[in-house]
Amino acid sequence: MAPEKLCSAACHHAFNTTRTAEISIALRSFSTATARREQEQSHSTTEHNAPGPAPRVAIIGSGPAGFYAARKLMREVHGTKIDMYERLPTPYGLVRYGVAPDHPEVKNCQDEFNQVAQSPDYTFVGNVELGRDLPLPILAKHYHAIVFSYGASKDKEIGLEGEDKPHIYSARAFVGWYNGLPEYRNLKPDLQAGESAIVVGQGNVAMDVARILLSSVEALQKTDLTSYAIETLKTSRVKHVHVVGRRGPMQAAFTIKEVRELIHLPGVNFSPIPHHLFPPNSKSLERPKRRLMELLQKGKPHDPQATKSWSLDFLLAPTHLDWEPNDPNTLRGVTFTRTALSDPSSPSSPVSNTPETTTIPTSTLLRSIGYKAEAIPGMDRLGATFDARAGTLQHDGTGRILMLDTPAPAHASPHAHAQGDAALYCAGWVKRGPTGVIANTMTDAFQTAEAIISDWKRASLNSASTLHHPKRGWPGVKTQAAAEGHRLEKVVSWDGWHRIDEKEKRAGAMKGKPREKYGRVEDMVEAAAAGGGGHVH
Amino acid sequence: MVTSIHPNREKNKDGEKYNFEVSEGDNLLDIAQANDLEMEGACGGSCACSTCHIIISDPDKYDAIPEPDDDENDMLDLAFGLTETSRLGCQVKMTPALDGLEVKLPAMTRNMQASDFGGVNPKHH
Repeated sequence: MAPEKLCSAACHHAFNTTRTAEISIALRSFSTATARREQEQSHSTTEHNAPGPAPRVAIIGSGPAGFYAARKLMREVHGTKIDMYERLPTPYGLVRYGVAPDHPEVKNCQDEFNQVAQSPDYTFVGNVELGRDLPLPILAKHYHAIVFSYGASKDKEIGLEGEDKPHIYSARAFVGWYNGLPEYRNLKPDLQAGESAIVVGQGNVAMDVARILLSSVEALQKTDLTSYAIETLKTSRVKHVHVVGRRGPMQAAFTIKEVRELIHLPGVNFSPIPHHLFPPNSKSLERPKRRLMELLQKGKPHDPQATKSWSLDFLLAPTHLDWEPNDPNTLRGVTFTRTALSDPSSPSSPVSNTPETTTIPTSTLLRSIGYKAEAIPGMDRLGATFDARAGTLQHDGTGRILMLDTPAPAHASPHAHAQGDAALYCAGWVKRGPTGVIANTMTDAFQTAEAIISDWKRASLNSASTLHHPKRGWPGVKTQAAAEGHRLEKVVSWDGWHRIDEKEKRAGAMKGKPREKYGRVEDMVEAAAAGGGGHVH
Repeated sequence: MVTSIHPNREKNKDGEKYNFEVSEGDNLLDIAQANDLEMEGACGGSCACSTCHIIISDPDKYDAIPEPDDDENDMLDLAFGLTETSRLGCQVKMTPALDGLEVKLPAMTRNMQASDFGGVNPKHH
């Protein structure tokens, strides 16, 4: 097991520094951390609960929502036991598979997650997909609470005829592909079909896709972008990327940091945006929008040496795909309807179609109009309702789906929710929808954890509450799964993930990159086994 | 030198503040975390998030801190409850000119959404 990190100060405050400032911070942090740890270890009862069994929680999904919820629960109710279920052998969710390889500092939150995972009260149950490998309702009797924090595993489709044909990709798939998500290991995007690509959608995912397509491969080779994707990018013919949006600059979903980065990409020109698209009085806008409009209006001087370029094309809604007359699987262009805003200065302005259309020639289309969550089979039996239209779980606004000690419904089938079953909660994108950065998800996860803690305080005062009955957690789940004939053979533990992690880092070091990610689940599982080998490709 | 932090994030609540002996070069995120205050640094202090958002109480002290660069301003644009004297704690380093610096931790809430108004009641069959 990796050595535990006691001190919460950043590790660059190393003890070999000669700066007394940093040494004093590090020492204070260290003494605070050890004092807290001693306090935690000396308590067999908790501040909030009467002496009794430790609360056991199942968290479904090991991304930021799951980990920040786990951290808050474990910190505020000492002794809380967390089992974190993850369908992949690897944890961290979009922090590993979504955050761009050239944004490594954004992944620093993994250090926090690793500290949570070090606790003896935390168990990682990897390579187990609830609803497929393991029926979800089995969890009900073995936990006091279940938290759904499994994010969004699909993306929204535009709804164009032929959207499933070659040369059309989901941005989510493309990002997963270059980030090593096993689901897209074989995406094999064709970046040689032409010199132009269109990205429909103007959020930060669209920014990432454009930036990866336009960045120099030399720069990307030193990141953890997968080698097989590097090989494809090396032979890419893409020279211009249109990032197309249905509305205008004031409504676009991208944030300023990402736009600035793209505008200033070396060797890449940025097409000026027509002035009339900007609000006339941008100086009176609120600061974030004002700075964004100023940045977009300023643009960048044209560089005659640049071989690549990109543009933000506003007020265009795709209506149909144009294919080569001689080859119905080769994309020739995309036709758009021009749109108009009711109130161009309002971020929430409605938009409508005009009669005007235009066609942008292209060989490649990526859609980036949002992610979408889906239900886990068996949720309704547990007592959770997934709103397929909204793409979220139904909850009370703070993350509560079903309260502890809720009686079984009258005339219930034997498999429906029973009174002693786990309470249900949700956190993150599956709760609020698939928008927001890690900081938003973190705050949301804290809110759900606070609701759980408040519910436990109340339940602990009720002597008949299920909270006073011990629950077995993962050992109980395993026993029941086996008894019901479900084979869970290749479960990956945190130690198993650590072995995968070490091998990825070693493979990366040989190529001058932070890691070379395994691209296939079977290779991850092999690497996770003690004494296992596992080739990285 | 000394810096003071009001740890209570709720609006309009003066409450207590904690004074800390700090050294030149200490940044506000490290100071807060070393003293167990409720300040996140999700990106580890690398100016890639807004979780260490702080508010400088005294506008003159705010002016004494070197101005934020584009990177910091871009992250501040995402912070909840942004004020005229907001900074990222990880980017504010103590200097003699900042002795006695007093900061407040802003209210930490998520972005409001439609579901915040009239949410569904949790199920009780």
